[in-house]
Amino acid sequence: MNTQHLKALFFPLIGIASVIGLWTLLSQTVAPDLPSPVRSWEESKRYIVDPFFKEGEMNQGIGRLAYYSLVRVAKGYALALLLGTPIGFLLGLSRSFTQAFDPLIQILRPISPLAWLPLGLILFQRSEPAALFTIAICAMWPTVINTAVGVRNINPDYLNVGRVLRLSRWQMLRKIIVPATLPYLFTGYRLSLGIAWLVIVAAEMLTGAAGVGGFLWQEYNSLVYSHIILAIITIGLVGYLLDRLMGLAEARFQRA
Amino acid sequence: MTTSSQPLPAPQPLDARLQTLDARPFLLELRGVEKGYAGRPQPTLTRINLRIPQGQFAAVIGCSGAGKTTLISLIAGLLTPDRGEIFFAGAPLRAPGPERAVVFQNYSLLPWMTVLENISLAVAAASPQLGRRSVREHARSFIDLVRLTPAADKRPRELSGGMRQRVALARALAMEPRMLLLDEPLSALDALTRAALQDELARIWGEMKTTVIMVTNDIDEAILLADCVYPLTRGPGATLGQPIAVPLLRPRVRTRLSRVPAYQRVHREIVTFLSEHATHFTHGEARFAGPGQALSKNGAVSSAPALEPGPLVAVAEKAAL
Repeated sequence: MNTQHLKALFFPLIGIASVIGLWTLLSQTVAPDLPSPVRSWEESKRYIVDPFFKEGEMNQGIGRLAYYSLVRVAKGYALALLLGTPIGFLLGLSRSFTQAFDPLIQILRPISPLAWLPLGLILFQRSEPAALFTIAICAMWPTVINTAVGVRNINPDYLNVGRVLRLSRWQMLRKIIVPATLPYLFTGYRLSLGIAWLVIVAAEMLTGAAGVGGFLWQEYNSLVYSHIILAIITIGLVGYLLDRLMGLAEARFQRA
Repeated sequence: MTTSSQPLPAPQPLDARLQTLDARPFLLELRGVEKGYAGRPQPTLTRINLRIPQGQFAAVIGCSGAGKTTLISLIAGLLTPDRGEIFFAGAPLRAPGPERAVVFQNYSLLPWMTVLENISLAVAAASPQLGRRSVREHARSFIDLVRLTPAADKRPRELSGGMRQRVALARALAMEPRMLLLDEPLSALDALTRAALQDELARIWGEMKTTVIMVTNDIDEAILLADCVYPLTRGPGATLGQPIAVPLLRPRVRTRLSRVPAYQRVHREIVTFLSEHATHFTHGEARFAGPGQALSKNGAVSSAPALEPGPLVAVAEKAAL
């Protein structure tokens, strides 16, 4: 192992160690309610070592909770792609569609999931569809925007090839426009997944659904603060893994 | 023969010679075509009159930036003229179509498709009546024609520039077009590949005899391949000069060509035209200088003797090769 490898291993450890040091310091000085790293570990140990146990709706292993959240995200994310992809293509292809809807999209885009969720509850009456609605409507914008940009950036020569071949609109879309847009599409999909995962916590906190976010909020209300930290770390790790997975998928389509 | 309603520029002996040599009907005719782009004070092309007989290999020659690609795009139907008219096979030209296949300057192969898929797409589009299997067979025969059989299942990025250009050529030929439009097809290639592909193009054209319009900035390439050279003045506001016939028999042998008097004269005619109509020649375009000639800084050709006109001499020299 050369020095480069050692550094690659050593420096992240320094980073983690310093954060744990700061955390310990805070818990012993200004924030006495914050559990120390050791206490957090001891109180969370069972949830990590036996990640799939179940003792009631909210008292479950962290693996099981993360699974519930992931299923929920998968549903909301699928909805986001189903809605966002065609809207993106329409925006990229049609000038009139852009003129009609682009201002609206620019206004809807920065709205927080916390604002959408109550609307979802009004619309759907139940918490589960409201959560999916919130995830979908917050997560679809990167897909919409990236697809539109991808379509607008298609090499005009490819379109000229299609024109010389006199391809029908459908063939043009299938043979040229969609494949040429794929790299952008996948970047959009990756960013959307990141947002979907970000939204899940807010959605679960507000709806009280079983999942990492719901667990976090419930443990805060039950004053078990160490589990908040457990939930936060889990959210971060899962989010990181999702991003890496999408990154790999994306790389496959960027080669062209 | 189609006759133009609008008179062409004053006929000169050279033009008359062309007409008599080529009594075939015109496949393509441009009448007073003008094309400009938004935001530019002058049109890129103006007063373009061009008549291409059926079966001719035509070369449009001009400096870079003269509007050669614009001209090809107009003929392809990818652009519409601001003024004037274009007729293809007697009918006004309105839209692009596979009967006028284009080989684009930068190949424009679809990178997500293999060579076979790229060509099959063109075959299927040009001949919708063909079944899936015949489309593949047809495509394969054109891959064989450009000698790329082993690369049929590769993607464009796995191929060299020369190979990509062969694919682009095969794709265009596979549409079985009535006219083949070549937009500086070899300009991105190194000299050796370029020469090899010129010979290939000559061979394939010898087999197919399609009408071809090639734009190029390489005089030798134009003379080697074309029946007739149409020189373009320097843009903006570029227009076509009198056509220059290339009275050389085929097959033309590159190595012997430069010693043939007819070749030398055609070469001189083109260089003279281009230099006279290039008001601001730059050093970079010294490639217009032919063997034993050099362009001086003001664009004049040094040591170029006065042109000796003589259609009869030109015809007589057809036997020279």
